[in-house]
Amino acid sequence: MLNPHLKLNPKLLDPAVEQVPIRKGFGEGLLQAAETDKRVVGLCADLTESTHMLAFKQKFPERFIEIGVAEQNLATVASGMAAMGKIPFITSYAMFSPGRNWEQIRTTIAYNDRPVKIAGSHAGISVGPDGGTHQAIEDIALMRVIPRMVVISPCDAIQAKKATLAAAKTDDPTYIRLAREKTPVMTTEETPFEIGKAQIVFKSEKPDVGIIATGALLFKALKVAHKLSEEGKKVTVLNIHTIKPLDEEAIIKLAHESRAIVTIEEHQIIGGLGGAVAECLAAHFPVPIEFIGVKNEFGQSGKPDELLEHYGMGEKDIYAAVQRVVLRKK
Amino acid sequence: MIENSSQRRHNASLFCTQNAANQAIENAILGQMPLTEEKVKLLETKAKEIRRSIIEMLIEAKSGHTAGPLDMADIFTYLYFHALKHDPKNPSWEYRDRFVLSSGHICPVLYATMAHAGYFPVEELKTLRKFGTRLQGHPHREWLPMLETSSGPLGSGISQTVGMAIADRIDNGRTSGKQFYCVTGDGELDEGNNWEGIMLAGKEKLQNLTVIVDRNNIQIDGFTEDIMPLNPLGDKWRAFNWHVVEIDGHNFRDIDRAFGEARAVFDRPSVIIANTIASKGVPAFERMFEWHGKPPGTEEEIKQAREALK
Repeated sequence: MLNPHLKLNPKLLDPAVEQVPIRKGFGEGLLQAAETDKRVVGLCADLTESTHMLAFKQKFPERFIEIGVAEQNLATVASGMAAMGKIPFITSYAMFSPGRNWEQIRTTIAYNDRPVKIAGSHAGISVGPDGGTHQAIEDIALMRVIPRMVVISPCDAIQAKKATLAAAKTDDPTYIRLAREKTPVMTTEETPFEIGKAQIVFKSEKPDVGIIATGALLFKALKVAHKLSEEGKKVTVLNIHTIKPLDEEAIIKLAHESRAIVTIEEHQIIGGLGGAVAECLAAHFPVPIEFIGVKNEFGQSGKPDELLEHYGMGEKDIYAAVQRVVLRKK
Repeated sequence: MIENSSQRRHNASLFCTQNAANQAIENAILGQMPLTEEKVKLLETKAKEIRRSIIEMLIEAKSGHTAGPLDMADIFTYLYFHALKHDPKNPSWEYRDRFVLSSGHICPVLYATMAHAGYFPVEELKTLRKFGTRLQGHPHREWLPMLETSSGPLGSGISQTVGMAIADRIDNGRTSGKQFYCVTGDGELDEGNNWEGIMLAGKEKLQNLTVIVDRNNIQIDGFTEDIMPLNPLGDKWRAFNWHVVEIDGHNFRDIDRAFGEARAVFDRPSVIIANTIASKGVPAFERMFEWHGKPPGTEEEIKQAREALK
């Protein structure tokens, strides 16, 4: 059942569940963070409206810097502003930031230990019709590998808002992964959020399988969990909104209880959430794992759902992965 | 005498409040500090001491870059002993000018100049590039906190300095008392990130930003004009709405004139293209791109360097 302690959206499994783009939550969070903290500044690479930085720009024009289509400059100018005590939020599409400006982020932000917040919008394959060039499915890996970098991948707009507000309060370089498409609103304003603290969203006693998901695909994980529980299978679903630092304790506990794990992400299975979970469990409590995600290939144009299904991230893929991993249990 | 003038700058700052107008007045006073003949002689002596330190550091480290550090010794001496508003005893002093070294590989000159200016003991220079040293092979601000930034990967220093100047303008407006300086190499200008920053600085009319280009005409693989032509270099910056000054980077009067001009220009950032002689001070190494990235190694080379800088 859905975890009552998280005060999730009661209409979560209703077909008419409200849908909001995750990036919109970022825009609201940024505005609120800027209202309470004068150090917050915003920099954008010619995508102010679609990355939802527009409201911030309109309310705080003196704290907004239009960088133009220059993502390397976006990261390095932000580093300089952070050196003077600012808390810069930088936005572009994830493919370009952190895609194009990786070394600048590594050296001038992380190595330099500057509190720059990198919001990568339009992450994942569900960007859809724009095609493979614009589908960032390597960004978690790129950011996770950098020492000090905090990596947050919120599941919906409300969580994105909370993540943005929380990130504004830390001194850590932080990557916030945002999706373009409308996403079912799973959490509520009352749902707790703490960077680095995983959430048990769907809970069963002595589960047969543990599902670990990040980002918008959490919704599909929940739908599959609901279906499985109706079929008499016991499932627990963990929302890993913070991929780094990873809540290892929660993951190990779930592996201990379920002895079988399925990871779900809209990202390459190499180096992303699945990689992080596998590294953790291989070291502490090895159990069979099935990985849902893109398997070493590029995307293409299409509708979001048709792409998710084509690349093996649909509900039936998750369902099949659960069956497979249960059979692998010792 | 040199220490006294540094002290004088600091004392002048004591009269300063956070008020931007006062800061502007203070800055005007500092900007008018004359470069006397006596001061030029002192700077020349100091630059030679710094070149000696650079050579000894490199010999001890057995790796590192020779040409750039030697040819920028005069500019660095001018910066740390005349131009910069700073306090070596209080490196995090809020109202200091900001100096960013973009071409991190020439850090022997940065470390040597900072040590001679009193930031840390000159003896520490011998630890360059050794395990556990604060003087990393390329500068790291966490190991040596008095640095404004870490650098090494080329082409990102200008943009960081642009960010610093923009942040300061948000807080203190266009009459802020701080100057923002960045040193880059010329080969480094091959990197596209530079031109993104140069374009933004022109757009933002950052009048208190000055970039100094070490125009020594060499890079690792050869002469810059053979590897990737930069000329007409001044015209490139002008096209991006910068004020351009081209100087002899070894003549303190020329350097002083250029810095004065850069401070005086109000509606745009300035670039000082400092024509330098690669490995300046050791004639046997001068102008040769082979000296970009190696230290004096053979007994003959070590002797040549020490003799030249006696």
